Amino acid sequence: MGLDHIKSMKREDFKNNEYIDKLVEELNATGANVVVGKFDELINWGISNSLWPLCFGTSCCAIEFMSLGAARYDMARFGFEVARNSPRQADYVMVQGTIVHRMAPVMRRLYEQLAEPRYVIACGGCAVSGGPFKKSYCVVPGVEEILPVDVYIPGCPPRPEAMFYGLMQLQRKIKVQKFFGGVNRKEKIDEFFAEHPEEKGQIG
Amino acid sequence: MSDLKQDILKIYPSATFEEGETLTVNVPEADWFKFASDLKDKLQFDLLTAVVGMDWNESLGVVYYLTSTPRNWEIMTVKVVAAGDRDNAYIHSVSSLWKVANFQEREVYDMLGIKFVGHPDMRRFFLRNDWVGHPLRKDYDASPELNPIRLEEEKNEDDTRSWSLDKDGNLVCTPGKIFAEDDYVVNIGPQHPSTHGVMRFRAAVDGETVKKVEIVSGYIHRGIEKLTEGLTYPQILHFTDRMDYMSAHQNRHCLCMCIEKALGIEVPERAVVIRTMMDELMRISSHLLAFGCTAMDMGATTAFFYGFREREMVLDIFDKTCGARMSMNYNVIGGVIADLHPDFVKDVKELIRILPGALKEYHKVFSGNIIAMNRLKGVGILPKSDAINYAITGPSGRGSNWSCDCRKKHPYAAYDRVEFDEVLETGCDSYSRYMVRMKEIEQSVRILEQLVDKIPEGDIRAQVPKIIKLPKGNWYAQVEASRGTFGVYIESVGEKTPYRVHFQSPCFNLVGVMDLCCRGHMIADLISIGAALDFVIPDIDR
Repeated sequence: MGLDHIKSMKREDFKNNEYIDKLVEELNATGANVVVGKFDELINWGISNSLWPLCFGTSCCAIEFMSLGAARYDMARFGFEVARNSPRQADYVMVQGTIVHRMAPVMRRLYEQLAEPRYVIACGGCAVSGGPFKKSYCVVPGVEEILPVDVYIPGCPPRPEAMFYGLMQLQRKIKVQKFFGGVNRKEKIDEFFAEHPEEKGQIG
Repeated sequence: MSDLKQDILKIYPSATFEEGETLTVNVPEADWFKFASDLKDKLQFDLLTAVVGMDWNESLGVVYYLTSTPRNWEIMTVKVVAAGDRDNAYIHSVSSLWKVANFQEREVYDMLGIKFVGHPDMRRFFLRNDWVGHPLRKDYDASPELNPIRLEEEKNEDDTRSWSLDKDGNLVCTPGKIFAEDDYVVNIGPQHPSTHGVMRFRAAVDGETVKKVEIVSGYIHRGIEKLTEGLTYPQILHFTDRMDYMSAHQNRHCLCMCIEKALGIEVPERAVVIRTMMDELMRISSHLLAFGCTAMDMGATTAFFYGFREREMVLDIFDKTCGARMSMNYNVIGGVIADLHPDFVKDVKELIRILPGALKEYHKVFSGNIIAMNRLKGVGILPKSDAINYAITGPSGRGSNWSCDCRKKHPYAAYDRVEFDEVLETGCDSYSRYMVRMKEIEQSVRILEQLVDKIPEGDIRAQVPKIIKLPKGNWYAQVEASRGTFGVYIESVGEKTPYRVHFQSPCFNLVGVMDLCCRGHMIADLISIGAALDFVIPDIDR
């Protein structure tokens, strides 16, 4: 059992464990001691088991997210059920659907309103890369152009099971984080915004 | 057809006709408004079905599809070429005759830059107000330097523009304001849980009473119509599943029908029946979601779970046969992509068995609830005349006692062989619209019952050429989607790719009546009126 252990699914049942091992390695290399203290462990346990999503659906994926909330898939089993309508009360934003030019500044503002620690999941082909609309004149080719993304969930739309897989990957990622004394995550976000400033009015 | 030709020559002797799928009249811009008012008043063309902006390279123009409900739903086409040069192209607005043209003309202006003379509010509709260029023009410059992803906030646009012609025939702009100086404006959306997607309303309120609702759309405008121009016909099919994702089968059915009509392909009987059944299953799934969301918007979260319980059964049927729960991509040109799953008949029969009991339960849980009745009855009144004028089809139009079911008026697929009633309600309010949906589930079950044991054997797909090229011409096909009449317009010049595709979505018209329905009601009713109209935003924005 590694630090990334979550109760819902065994480590060997995840298909790609390399990335999380690499993450731990990276954290160790940059001096962030990953053998986290008791307080960190407690906080991580708390956050990862009560991830509150911000309701943010622009199209089809949002309907599958509603199925996730309904009885058959029931995301309450994992502590995801408290879907918030205000970004100030949410832990992560799951971008469900295409982000177009008119939406981009709104999306960025919503992200900035999320309280730290905050996470972004790009859910569905459109949020991952622009999907079938990639070549359009007014579609943002992937939400990573404007936000730092933590987990990608492919699919058009992803099945509820795929969404759970992605959400559990986020839980594992949170488990290896360090809050006290460690600022590596914050640094990464600052780095991202330094590369994607608003004044430039243009990305990349 | 010839009767109509005679009648048109009576009101407009110099009319020139064009051969085509429907009777097509070419009208010069100078005569258009007079001709349009005569069509409406004298020939009873009371329904403006579609407005398609066109760029024919040498000229810009608009193709209007008009329907006359008293003349047995006869459809005719009018082509108007815009006057003036490319930078100052203009056409007279018909928004004073058919209110539905208000937003339609704004869309054409946004996409093609044709100014509509006499339109009260000629602003962009989908794109940011600082956008450069008009995307559907053939010479549009799509370089990202002109329109980068702008991360600075978009300024609210409070000024309107109205164009008129002076004595010398020059365009004159008259500025105006959306809201009065002392209006108190409340912003709702685009990120709001009860707007059913990313729709934005700006409501002027007096206390809690709504005075005016301004629609700001385009937060999910993906430019599908432009994308289709660069793709082959089989490649454009998948876009339809992603517009109104709750009418995925019907929308795709419509596009396939339009292409099949142009190619003269006969669809095998088995595929026709499968398509009809899938359309009805989709309608059930959509109406169940509408029930759940309407309830949830009014705070009845439990009812939402009931609706989703039965909806999962429909999704299982799709999952087994089409391979996906949503965005099924099932219809193809000439038929359907895969044969039915062996469990299909059994599963449909189980659904038919369960649904009547479930509906009773829904009525017990929600429909008869005193809170639901108070929130829905007498709220959002839309009289029948307005429903026609604003082209509100589907369950919302039938809630205003307007018989407008495309399955009855222009029967397609297997709908002329099955018995079902067109559900009509006379209340004209939110509750009527809600009840139409609930009763339509019963009718869909009835259709499924008649077909489930009679799925003919045979091919599921007709032979189609490997490279699909449509002959030169234009076609229009309509189906009854879950939320109203969905139309597809294709214009071809004989290439592998279409010259122009236009999707006439029902939700685009639905959102047009928000202002009319909400005026005088409480701000909280705005949510319930929206829920009962049940629009899907990606269908509006495309």
